[in-house]
Amino acid sequence: MSKRLFTLLALLMVASLVLAACGSATPTEAPVADEPVADEPVALECSDAIGCVEVAPGDSIHLAYMLTVSGATAFLGEDSLGGIEIALSDRGQVLGHDVELTGEDSGCSSEGGQTAATAVTSDPSVVAIIGTNCSGAATAALPTISGAGLIMCSPSNTAPALTDPDGTWLPGYFRAAHNDKFQGRVAAEFVYNELGAHTAATIHDGSPYADQLQQVFATTFAELGGTVTFQGAVNVGDTDMRTILTTVAADSPDVLYFPIFEPEGNFIVAQSTEIAGLEGTTLVGADGLLSASFPGNSGENVVGVYLSGPYITGDAYDSFLTRWDEQIGGVPPSGFHAFAYDCTNMMLDAIEASAQQGADGTILIGRQALRDAMATTSGFAGLTGNLSCSEYGDCATGEALGVFEITHAELDGNWPPPVIYTP
Amino acid sequence: MQKRTPLRISWLDLFLRAFQFVTAVVILIGLYNTFTAARYTSNQWATLVFAGLAQGSIYALIALGYTLVYGILLMINFAHGEVYMAGALSTVFLANYFARSGFLAESPFIAIVLMILFSAAISTVVALLLERIAYRPLRNAPRLIPLITAIGASFALQYTFRGFYGSEFRSYPTVEALRGIWNIFGFEVPIVQPVVFLSAVVLMLALYWYVERTKAGKAMRAVSENKDVARLMGIDIDKVIVTTFALGGALAGAAGVFNGLFRPQGVFFLMGFFPGIKAFTAAVLGGIGNIPGAMFGGLLLGLIESLGPNIILEGLGIPGTNQLKDGIAFTVLVLILIFRPQGIFGERLSETKA
Repeated sequence: MSKRLFTLLALLMVASLVLAACGSATPTEAPVADEPVADEPVALECSDAIGCVEVAPGDSIHLAYMLTVSGATAFLGEDSLGGIEIALSDRGQVLGHDVELTGEDSGCSSEGGQTAATAVTSDPSVVAIIGTNCSGAATAALPTISGAGLIMCSPSNTAPALTDPDGTWLPGYFRAAHNDKFQGRVAAEFVYNELGAHTAATIHDGSPYADQLQQVFATTFAELGGTVTFQGAVNVGDTDMRTILTTVAADSPDVLYFPIFEPEGNFIVAQSTEIAGLEGTTLVGADGLLSASFPGNSGENVVGVYLSGPYITGDAYDSFLTRWDEQIGGVPPSGFHAFAYDCTNMMLDAIEASAQQGADGTILIGRQALRDAMATTSGFAGLTGNLSCSEYGDCATGEALGVFEITHAELDGNWPPPVIYTP
Repeated sequence: MQKRTPLRISWLDLFLRAFQFVTAVVILIGLYNTFTAARYTSNQWATLVFAGLAQGSIYALIALGYTLVYGILLMINFAHGEVYMAGALSTVFLANYFARSGFLAESPFIAIVLMILFSAAISTVVALLLERIAYRPLRNAPRLIPLITAIGASFALQYTFRGFYGSEFRSYPTVEALRGIWNIFGFEVPIVQPVVFLSAVVLMLALYWYVERTKAGKAMRAVSENKDVARLMGIDIDKVIVTTFALGGALAGAAGVFNGLFRPQGVFFLMGFFPGIKAFTAAVLGGIGNIPGAMFGGLLLGLIESLGPNIILEGLGIPGTNQLKDGIAFTVLVLILIFRPQGIFGERLSETKA
């Protein structure tokens, strides 16, 4: 008898869990009984295809971040997190609700992305996600995020495949960061037209970001008329770059393009002068190395290295930097904070545009409606320019890019370095 | 029954012979193609050899720590990579202080010796704490338990040091005296590489002398031979074990500074992991528990890693050779273990030790 009762109770519990999990998705859900909504003529009803999030009066709208806030690439996550926090404190309340931010560390790896996505999607109150930093983490996280009906806006994913419907794109993905189709092109045009390079070699580290970026660079460079002598790869964690540099040096290319991260990028710069045949080779990196610690860690060879990356100007950005100094202190550690700021604001705009409001202050956010509102963002005046999101999630236009040159001043601690080329 | 057993062994022998033959042919084809293609100059090869020796001597110093502890306790101290990290990461601050104050430029020799002593002291303290806290209470536990403890201790150390110093990358300063090029047998080699190699060899010889010629070394060898009999002979086992950990730690700390001179970048709290694994490989390669074996294994591994991708894989036309660098190192380990399970220098171990 008691066993049967127990089974019944267990079944009821499972059923209630299932109902709670997809409760907001069922359009027939009754209004919450203990809320004083008797006088309310129109009860909020969720008619969204993939479910809704209800935010009761006094509750906050829940945003989550998935950034790399620990380990070797923590400077990227801290940079983005600062942007989000400033955006939230600038914004104040949204539709009469506070905005609550929680987060997961996604690291800069596929495993990290997958784990963080699982953790974030287990909380049904999350409306939208800001993240991830690394394209590899996003590629792994996206199936889970998209399957849970969430939207995710990345401040620093740049891999082209992420917004390619034939690539790894899935509904709900957006990014304010530039697509590397732009960055790779800017770098290739810079070295071919400005530096007059005719031969180039590339090195990536096996990550989707570096691999796709060097491929865009190589293709564009060949289109412009240059010759790509070698495309190779190192492993994350390698310290000995002499073998690959010796391979590169066999052709003595004009340019070595290595869009990777620290510390592998430091090793390449530091060891480049020890190899015969690289004396005339100019080193060019990308935004993964655009970090205040890069010059100091690379040593004296870093003088004369070029880095492509986000280049943002304007009064709004200047006042953002002032706010950063007041609220967080110092200067942002990397170049993606403004994209994080824009992502946050675009998402909050989309929430404002798509949410249904009840008279008592309850709001109901339809997940599909939010995706649609985000995808139709156009002419959003952000720090990084006028953003308009495409159907496949690319919101940036690629205008906010530049090429930086590392000089002796950066070695002595100046940051960011001077911009010497803009497209 | 008695007829079948030799037959089975001979099949296995045949297979191993064939495998050996195929491996040798593949390596020879790779070498032949590389050298006939003549893509690299002899000076470029020389740079790879000297860099390989310098890297190998760092592996060898760390490998000695694995091998010493294994010789005495028959356990793999997987946290030894972290002992190395502790010294290397702590000394980066001292090194940069010396560089800022100008002491490093004025008297580089004294500064580097001080750095080595400091790093060795830190690593020794960490190694001793590790032994006292993590291993000693488990000395009579089944052998799997200290192994798992070592892995746990390794994580604990990594994140403790992250707590101390943060997660940023740091770099050793460049030593002016070690910049520049030496001309060795007509090849241009960065000075720092032979210097690191020779200093490491001096340390290894000192260790060898200590173990073979001093009374404490004799006690170590006795404990390694048979703990119970050694105790009956009046040797303080605990003292010997502590000495062993201290020696291993000091060598790892010195390796940390050599690494900082040779490869100044990328000093951070996870820096011990890969060198740790590589040094363990080197120790197994040379025959674990054998001191000259660890030295030789380290140097061999450094050379294979440095030369392997360009000399063998490229000749075979394999793309992305440099990503396979670690692959080569571990393939060599597998090959050695297939054909010589006891390692290059190792003696056949008795049942109790193996």
